[in-house]
Amino acid sequence: MFPRPIEQTSPLGQWAYKIAVPVALVLWLLPLLGVALTSVRPASDLAQGNYFGMPSAIALGNYVQIFTDSPIAGYMLNSFKVTVPTVIGAVALSCMTGFALAIYGFRSNMIIFFMFVAGNFVPFQILMVPVRDLTLKMGMYNSWTGLAMFHIAFQTGFCTLFMRNFIKALPHELIEAARVEGVSEWQIFWHVVLPLMRPAIAALSVLIFTFIWNDYFWATVLTTSADSQPITAGLSSLNGQWIAQWHLVSAGSILAALPPVLMFFLMQRHFIAGLTLGAVK
Amino acid sequence: MVHYRTGALALTAVLMMSTAAMAQDKRIVTYNADFDPAPLAAMEQVIASFEEANPDIDVQLNNFDHEGYKTSIRNFLSADAPDLANWYAGNRMKPFVDAGQFADVSDVWEENGLKESLASALPSMTFDDKQWGVPYTYYQWGIYYNKDAYEAAGVELPGPEGVTWDQFVQSCEKFQAEEIDCVTTGTKALWPGAGIFDYMNLRTNGYEFHMQLTGGEVAWTDDRVKATFAEFAKVQPYITRNHAALDWQDAAALLVQGKAANYVMGNFAVAVFKEGGMTDENLGFMGFPTITEGVPRAEDAPTDTVHVTSGAKNPEDARKFLAYLATAEAQTTINNAMGQLPINKDATVGDDQFLQAGFEMLSTADGGIAQFFDRDAPAEMAKAGMEGFQEFMVKPENVDRILERLEKIRGRVY
Amino acid sequence: MANTVWKANQRSLAPWLFLAPGLIMFIVYVIIPIFQSMWISFYDWDGLGEKTWLGLANYAELLDDDAFYTSLKNNVIWLVLYMLALPAGLLIAIFLNQSIRGMRLYKSLFFFPFVISQVVVGLMFSWFYAPDFGLFYNLIESLTGQGIAILADDRFVTYGIIVAGLWPQIAYVMILYLTGLNNVAPDQVEAARLDGAKGWKMLWYVVLPQLRPATFIAVVVTVIGALRSFDLVSVMTDGGPYGSSRVLSFYMYEQALSEYGYRMGYGAAIAVVLFAIMMIFISGFIWKMWRDERGR
Repeated sequence: MFPRPIEQTSPLGQWAYKIAVPVALVLWLLPLLGVALTSVRPASDLAQGNYFGMPSAIALGNYVQIFTDSPIAGYMLNSFKVTVPTVIGAVALSCMTGFALAIYGFRSNMIIFFMFVAGNFVPFQILMVPVRDLTLKMGMYNSWTGLAMFHIAFQTGFCTLFMRNFIKALPHELIEAARVEGVSEWQIFWHVVLPLMRPAIAALSVLIFTFIWNDYFWATVLTTSADSQPITAGLSSLNGQWIAQWHLVSAGSILAALPPVLMFFLMQRHFIAGLTLGAVK
Repeated sequence: MVHYRTGALALTAVLMMSTAAMAQDKRIVTYNADFDPAPLAAMEQVIASFEEANPDIDVQLNNFDHEGYKTSIRNFLSADAPDLANWYAGNRMKPFVDAGQFADVSDVWEENGLKESLASALPSMTFDDKQWGVPYTYYQWGIYYNKDAYEAAGVELPGPEGVTWDQFVQSCEKFQAEEIDCVTTGTKALWPGAGIFDYMNLRTNGYEFHMQLTGGEVAWTDDRVKATFAEFAKVQPYITRNHAALDWQDAAALLVQGKAANYVMGNFAVAVFKEGGMTDENLGFMGFPTITEGVPRAEDAPTDTVHVTSGAKNPEDARKFLAYLATAEAQTTINNAMGQLPINKDATVGDDQFLQAGFEMLSTADGGIAQFFDRDAPAEMAKAGMEGFQEFMVKPENVDRILERLEKIRGRVY
Repeated sequence: MANTVWKANQRSLAPWLFLAPGLIMFIVYVIIPIFQSMWISFYDWDGLGEKTWLGLANYAELLDDDAFYTSLKNNVIWLVLYMLALPAGLLIAIFLNQSIRGMRLYKSLFFFPFVISQVVVGLMFSWFYAPDFGLFYNLIESLTGQGIAILADDRFVTYGIIVAGLWPQIAYVMILYLTGLNNVAPDQVEAARLDGAKGWKMLWYVVLPQLRPATFIAVVVTVIGALRSFDLVSVMTDGGPYGSSRVLSFYMYEQALSEYGYRMGYGAAIAVVLFAIMMIFISGFIWKMWRDERGR
């Protein structure tokens, strides 16, 4: 094990380590803690210049206020409307593409696979003008459907890479055995492979949820008004209205961060498994 | 948790159904706007009285944040046009007129005699002999000052005639000694800095030259432009140091707190100053001082407008609303609430002292009325120019490089 | 009849049927737009009216555009400094690779910044840097007597934003290395330890070579992260002050869709340049994957 396990050092060293870790954590999360603290700070504290000290009172009213004075609830709802269909769509499509690319040895297999991989890395800006145009022409501009459609298509690239590698690592004998018994290809996919893909589906779902929830660029390109904007774009526009009202900006920020954070904590193992795919051989 | 969420969803569904049901027997006019809170309340008041007079019409206002709106408008006009949209007069609306996104509303002007009642704004609303929107408000720019800050620094308060340029520059030294910013502004969104430049140039070279410059007919490297920046440089050291990190509201707070003495701003800022606790007693207003003797006094007074879009789904009722917005009654209501000046000549100017001062100042401006730098100059030039002003206010030593860059862009834009 | 055709060709048709929905979506939304953008970059187009053919004029204009060079320079700074996420992430991973009580929770909390939207990260850091009351501003003021408004100073603004971007990026790299460290062969480490290797030597000669897959992924995601740096610039400075914090991705958006923009052709030309830069890295990545696939 590297580095040397702390248990093998002196008791003093162990104590020092046990203190150092939480201290480092607090320093590391300082910006986040600052914002969390500010989100429950009464407005009067800010007016008196108390920006970073302890709040004089816990003002949960800030959270009530952002809900009553701004369309933030709508933004949150829009985020779910974009994120959930994207997760379902991208995962479903990539289960199939990944299966096709992992199981069948047809001629253009590699080319298609690398097209998915490469497309996944292109800068968004090169897609921006045509995708915006396409969305306009399909009448899906400024709606969650237009945004979700693009996200599904784009995320299919990453998901295909992930699924294909995952299926490739499954024991091939299972499929051969099924074929010998005359099971149709669809049945093999549905009854043999899909049940084995559960961990991959779980991992991808949480990852894509986080990616899409946090997307800002496409939200600004494809939506404009409060009734369709997701929370990232909404927060940025609220920031333009709440100038110098940092307690509201902070409360909004915390709220926007909450769903992916919860998702991460609930599905931690899957999340990290998905993220670190390929980090070990 | 799960139950709670289903409950919330069901509630939303019910709410959506009930608004849909209510709206069914009314014709809807959608209206995209970018009001700050005070003007928003005022416009809602106007909408309410319009709906009272037209019970079969429902005006649905969709409010955007001010800076975000300027980006969004191009998007929604081409993609998902509302029936009505806020915008600005002059060159600023020309791209939308050229692109065919604003509808010709000359008929509204004809039928309601607006050429008579809104005469002062007619030129800035007209392209190709047609009118493309209805102006409902304008406001003066000038210097707002904190009288308490003047007293704290021992600077004599400006008289009714304002101050001379030399007096103004000298007073800045006194403010500096007391660690008060003589001039404050917040240029994070760029445009507030353009207000200072406009006045520097209008006062140094006059209206005609300013219009030629924004119209691309004069070189940015012209000696007269350099003269403007030489005057600008006199107050540059006394401008709030971190202005590039501040929004205009942040700078307004500095004025309210007495950390700054003067603010070159539009009259819409008065609402913010007063919200911050200033009163008619300690908030002062004066016109920008004369720099070159003999140059006729010109002012910045931007006009805000409402337009019917070409993609409007309900243009008839949208036109009705425009006609109502042009009436003396509506303009009196909205401008009194906004603290701005009505365009309609029969409307009453509010008795607020800043409004009266502005009205007086604008009606006696013999040099001319400019819209504002980013409305007089075309978009690309405006953006580059405002970045240049911001850079100058941080690094005045770069002035030659800035002007050369602007000249290069002028060569390309016009 | 149809049934028998299907039976006979099932194995060769099936992959295409499975591929079709995903592949079509991907081609329509990703592959074709890349070429459309290249095409648009030869035109003058406001996104509404007629396109006017310009040939290479947009690219010629780029070569004479100060803002383009500023963006390009900042992109290079982003790329170089973003690479700091690797040593920093590795350092934290090594620091945390212990098994004291509660370590799992510590690790997830360290990973936290990555889960949060960049918009939120940008707002957090803006507030951190805010003049007069920001924590960082006050810190500098108490050290030097003169506070610095990082986001309003053209000398520091790009670095200030990069620091905000590094925060989640380091967390990402850290989790990659933590997973990698978990899989470092203990016997090799023990053997090296018996040979007297420790500290830096051990890290460099024994551990790092085994972390190579993790390092590779970390480089890939860091390069992409650096070149995609749109969100933070947009939220924190909008490219300012006076355009000094622009990067190509932001400048493209500014030219094509912002308040003063709507030059779709010119924006597309900027995007093509950005794409070309990214292509260098993409090709390298694909080439390595290709090699690995064939080696299997």
